[in-house]
Amino acid sequence: MSEAHAHGHEGHDHKPTGWRRWVYSTNHKDIGTMYLIFAVVMGLVGGLFSVLMRMELASPGDGILGGDYHFFNVLTTAHGLIMVFFLIMPALIGGFGNWMMPLMIGAPDVAFPRVNNIAFWLLIPSALLLGLSPFIGGGAGTGWTVYAPLSTSGHPGASVDMAILSLHLAGASSILSSINFITTIFNMRAPGMTLHKMPLFVWSILVTTFLLLLSLPVLAGAITMLLTDRNFGTSFYDAAGGGDPLLYQHLFWFFGHPEVYILVLPSFGIVSHVVSTFSKKPIFGYLGMAYAMVAIGAVGFIVWAHHMYTSGMGVDTEAYFLAATLVIAVPTGVKIFSWLATMWGGSIEFKTPMLWAVGMIFMFTVGGVTGVVLASSPLTTAFHDTYYVVGHFHYVMAMGAMFGIFAGWYYWIGKMCGRQYPETLGKWHFWLTMIGVNLTFFPMHFSGLAGMPRRIPDYPDAFAPWNMISTVGAYIAFASALLFVYIAIRTIRSGEPVEANYWGEGATTLEWTVASPAPHHTHEVMPRV
Amino acid sequence: MSVRKSASALAASVATTFVLAGAATAADLGVSREWQMVFQDPATPVMENIVGFHNLMLVLITAISAFVLALLLYIMWRFNSKSNPVPSKNTHNTTLEVIWTVIPIIILVVMAIPSLRLLYEQDVVPTPELVQERYGIQVDGEMTIKATAFQWAWMYDYPDHGVQGMDAFCAAGPTTYCLAEAGPGDQRLLETSNRVVVPVNTLVRLQVTSQDVIHAWAMPAFGVKLDAVPGRILETWFVATREGSFFGQCSELCGVYHGFMPIAVDVVSRAEFETRIAELAAMYPAF
Repeated sequence: MSEAHAHGHEGHDHKPTGWRRWVYSTNHKDIGTMYLIFAVVMGLVGGLFSVLMRMELASPGDGILGGDYHFFNVLTTAHGLIMVFFLIMPALIGGFGNWMMPLMIGAPDVAFPRVNNIAFWLLIPSALLLGLSPFIGGGAGTGWTVYAPLSTSGHPGASVDMAILSLHLAGASSILSSINFITTIFNMRAPGMTLHKMPLFVWSILVTTFLLLLSLPVLAGAITMLLTDRNFGTSFYDAAGGGDPLLYQHLFWFFGHPEVYILVLPSFGIVSHVVSTFSKKPIFGYLGMAYAMVAIGAVGFIVWAHHMYTSGMGVDTEAYFLAATLVIAVPTGVKIFSWLATMWGGSIEFKTPMLWAVGMIFMFTVGGVTGVVLASSPLTTAFHDTYYVVGHFHYVMAMGAMFGIFAGWYYWIGKMCGRQYPETLGKWHFWLTMIGVNLTFFPMHFSGLAGMPRRIPDYPDAFAPWNMISTVGAYIAFASALLFVYIAIRTIRSGEPVEANYWGEGATTLEWTVASPAPHHTHEVMPRV
Repeated sequence: MSVRKSASALAASVATTFVLAGAATAADLGVSREWQMVFQDPATPVMENIVGFHNLMLVLITAISAFVLALLLYIMWRFNSKSNPVPSKNTHNTTLEVIWTVIPIIILVVMAIPSLRLLYEQDVVPTPELVQERYGIQVDGEMTIKATAFQWAWMYDYPDHGVQGMDAFCAAGPTTYCLAEAGPGDQRLLETSNRVVVPVNTLVRLQVTSQDVIHAWAMPAFGVKLDAVPGRILETWFVATREGSFFGQCSELCGVYHGFMPIAVDVVSRAEFETRIAELAAMYPAF
């Protein structure tokens, strides 16, 4: 076997030492590890911001922020940008994508290892720009959407410029990674691994990176025009100068809608692997699963204006976006039912990764069906910009994407560090998170139905009870995040050593053929599929 | 659409069983109540249709979620490693795959048809005759109100009644921005320095624009929400069918005091309207 051969060379595992190993790294595993650590750190920061917001909103009147409403807007903006660009994307694409995609396709590394290095290191100045922006000019209180004219005429000072440059760097990083991953997937698969035999996680990374490659340049253009509107006297988005504020919204959401699928598709990929492994069955309807992701990605590009139903676009346009948006429910339904069918007839072991995966399937269903409600544009005259929307998108992100990240972490941590997580604590982490996030986000649907607008630092007294419950939920969810940090440290320091394929018969993809922890260089001799 | 009606009735009963005591009592005040889990009581036929359509949607999405949850629970009980030590190897079933593609499509079509109908009903400003014919309510006359947003309040014009520049600031809330602390009976963060006044059963054309950044004029009980975009005038409409005071809030992030630019509308009888609009015309005359 090829692996026996590879093991023979382990003594020549040219692993650089010291800081050079990380700063100069061209190794997909080390870079993946750095992405994961970055995501955990930034996730804690973004989570802390959400706790501050929930503390302010715990009861009516001025709370912990003491009436600094601009700072509240800065927190919502930073929370959104951090969770999207510095937690979910680095964890799923940069972290697990880097670590597992080459292992799964039998490639020794990615196609452009140096590009991989710069893609990661661009994220650091990007995060610094965003993190320092409140200290230079009062902070960007524009919301993560950075809508003009609030972001142009409404925000003097350098903060918004810094946030825009931060997005530029994060975008450049993702575009570089995408080119790298697409090239790797198309050219470096092991002999015999046709596209139709590729693991679903690799499919999900392939679709995701295509979405990034096509949508991010549009964002870059949109925010560059913001930058020139702010600093160089252009008026792309200024009605008084012949521009149009709604142009920004169209451009932003042409990126923004594919972006939400960018966040959740890799999670779909991970859940497919976990469900199949712990059911001890191959995935049900593999081709349908792969092409459902392709369909979600494709349709995701033609539904963007459903974020703009109240912006006064023509009624026929609105009708089109309504119909197109509903279509997305079909491939998504195919995925949900295929996961259920994979489990059907299986011999299911409910280890921690499987709990996260099953939790993700149901929570994503809940977030999906409220998405169908929101797709119906006549209802958005009631729902647009209310807490119903906040509830909806946290079900698909804070649960759909984050549960996928945790499923992946518990599933692969043994492969990544050679030690197994503590099972009981892992299950505690799952249940604590499950209770926390549901307490936080489910009542938001009620607040939204009752009419509570989003992004407000204080609210009419009637909204108090549900907000208090949401706040309690947020505390529980944040406590569970801290528990996760403890579990992670304990796993890496003193977890039980594991063998190459510690999940047994259900785990059939190529990453389980290499030792645990995966050696610095793997697949030096091409495996055959 | 008898299916839709019976589904709505079922949804309404589902919804009311969810609603906690006290929350379901009807109010002529257009505000939310504590522990409210449903829409505010509608005050326009459009909002009534939104509530009805949402009830249909609520039944469908609850049924779908319950179906997925039931399947999951059954699978977890029946196919865990203790109950089913030997896994099957089935990975394909074309019939099943066709079914779970086609049935969702049918459900979506069931959703899309009433949704599209309601969209056109809502979005296109009708004539008073059309409103009468469509909803079977008496409509006496039509009028226009223009709402102009600025950071951070609303300003209203009644071009048909000689009122111009009536401002409506937040009137009860934190004194750092609102005009006064909320007194007893004031709707904190919802009360405005001047309330918009409209006659009942009258077709009101609402034109919305902004002087600076984007805001949104929202009135939950009316089923109205429209962005106020600088450089554009957008138009919507409503016919309020019951008298009362109704409250909404700016619904597009517009800066520091976004949470403090409420919207308050008094729906009054034709006679009271004439009196109050005359007072407003004296206070805020058109120039």
